[in-house]
Amino acid sequence: MAKLQPQKELLQTYFVTRALPTTWCPGCGCGIITQALVRAIHQSGIEKTKFAFVTGIGCNGFIPRYIDFDELHVTHGRAPAYGTGLKLARPDLTVILIQGDGDCFSIGGNHIIHAARRNIDLTAIVSNNFIYGRTGGQYSPMTPIGDFATTAPYGMIEPAFDPCKIMEAAGASFVVRGTVASPFQLATFIEKGIKHKGFSFIEIVNQCPVNYGRRNPERMGVTGPNMMKWLKDHTLPLEKARGASLKELEDKVVTGIFVEKHTPEYFEGVQKIREKCQRNQSEI
Amino acid sequence: MGEKRVVLIQGNEAVGEGAITAGVRFFAGYPITPATEVAEYLSKRLPQVGGTFIQMEDELASMGAVIGASVGGVKSMTATSGPGLSLMLENISQAVAMEIPCFIVNVQRTGPGTGSITPAQQDVMQAKWGPHGDNEIIAIAPYSVKEVYQLAIKAVNLSERFRVPVIFLMDAFLGHLKEKIELFDPGGVEIFNRKKPTGPPEKYKCYEPDETGVPPMADFGSGYRSRIIGNMHTISGDYSRNPQVFDELLRRLQNKILNYLGEIQMIESLMLEDAEIALFAYGMPARAAKAAVMMARQKGLKVGLFRPITLWPFPRKEVSELARRVKSIIVIEMNLGQLVGEVDRACGGKTKVISLNRVDGLNVTPQNIVEKI
Repeated sequence: MAKLQPQKELLQTYFVTRALPTTWCPGCGCGIITQALVRAIHQSGIEKTKFAFVTGIGCNGFIPRYIDFDELHVTHGRAPAYGTGLKLARPDLTVILIQGDGDCFSIGGNHIIHAARRNIDLTAIVSNNFIYGRTGGQYSPMTPIGDFATTAPYGMIEPAFDPCKIMEAAGASFVVRGTVASPFQLATFIEKGIKHKGFSFIEIVNQCPVNYGRRNPERMGVTGPNMMKWLKDHTLPLEKARGASLKELEDKVVTGIFVEKHTPEYFEGVQKIREKCQRNQSEI
Repeated sequence: MGEKRVVLIQGNEAVGEGAITAGVRFFAGYPITPATEVAEYLSKRLPQVGGTFIQMEDELASMGAVIGASVGGVKSMTATSGPGLSLMLENISQAVAMEIPCFIVNVQRTGPGTGSITPAQQDVMQAKWGPHGDNEIIAIAPYSVKEVYQLAIKAVNLSERFRVPVIFLMDAFLGHLKEKIELFDPGGVEIFNRKKPTGPPEKYKCYEPDETGVPPMADFGSGYRSRIIGNMHTISGDYSRNPQVFDELLRRLQNKILNYLGEIQMIESLMLEDAEIALFAYGMPARAAKAAVMMARQKGLKVGLFRPITLWPFPRKEVSELARRVKSIIVIEMNLGQLVGEVDRACGGKTKVISLNRVDGLNVTPQNIVEKI
């Protein structure tokens, strides 16, 4: 790993100090994601003006508010669609999507699977905190069965998605899961995602003490530190998870790189068509 | 391409060709009858001019991709029909708030519901009032293939000039109608490109309006910091909950258009000087209305035609002035009465307003109109 950049230097280079302090709740993991993201950007060596963020609706969608990059803050769930248009217009830019579990896999489910299928060169960062935090704690497609939410007062009865499995099946060429309890590993994962040519999907298991922890103290604990400790204790690296029994995998967060492959990227196809047409100009 | 080219072309192709002439280089859409030929045509044409065509997973995504491309600095468009427009409304509203230049073609069909693929003018109010919030958009209704081509260029220019979505209200007849038109020499057409910032990047505020109320728009990645946001925002693009910011923003979004009607309004008048009866028609029914004016004049009836080409903003002042001069206005529409309400409002009781409607999926005929006269 590259030498760690001191926080103060990161703050001066990348943060919009007029927007601080953040509006996130005490114990929220979004700040950790922000720092990991900025470290990844710094480590990538790519010029600052060549990044563009496309953000969805939700707490995580506020991340670019505090950092100094071009940002398109879009409608709920549609970040992959907006990002697709932006990337096709400006293939020179590194386009990063920031979404939450509800934004990405409920209202925006159709968009993310098609962006993955096209293998367009976007980096999707999805914060999974198992709940709709911004609207006050409604259940999401990631809320575990039996857990409570303001719209699941008797317990969740729907099974949850496994985002990384969906993305792998849809055709994403880079799929990784990390947690806010391992921020430096997270920065490395994000950096790899940024540099990967093709659709990169980064699931970040996040903690929401106020809207998830409080309602489900038995799962991860109530406070930020307790939830982070739970995440540390329950993280299982992919290498160890392979061959583990279902019983051993219960209540575990499997982290690591699930997919890293090189398949044709979408814009390369667009370019090939353009070249073919321009070689063989036909009249209308 | 230096010489003039005459082509036999359908409306759905002409709108694509006009957009290309205006500089559009990105199309995102989803198949829907009777608009599909726009996508088919542009899937062939755009790569030839170095542009991008993409068929998205649905209309929500199409409109999102159109906005994304425009933010990247590429003129962009989509095409759909009523049920698809319904899905696009979310992101059209977002484009109004974000001030994104984009061109939206709606080849109208019969509704409500899945309805039918037959021609209609049933999305006229939806174009203006469909998206949530106060939306000051521009909508244009061409009535011939030649006009489709020429006004598509104008529509893209207006979207760039005002940083606003421009909605093109065609219908299934016009989309599929083939007419002979002359294509412009691309060098000889007036093209408007969005105003970009020129000052030092550190002083740029992405929503700071110029003297006409329109903020200069930097392309993403240009070094000018942009925060393009659909939330209520300050001139720096920062999220805001300040009541004064809301008020100033919403009024500016409206006034940047309403203060410049002279650049936007297009109206054709035919034999209105001495008319006692005015026909009010737009889009395809206006063709029948023109014939009806001639037929009525042969009978000695003093009939004229008022044809709004720009439907939104509605030409309230002009209709009000017309109301003072004529005994009645017959509003002809392929719907059950949409713009007639606006006409009535503009007339303010000064003249009799009569509605002539056809919703059987067939075009209004000159005979239909003459009977009403």
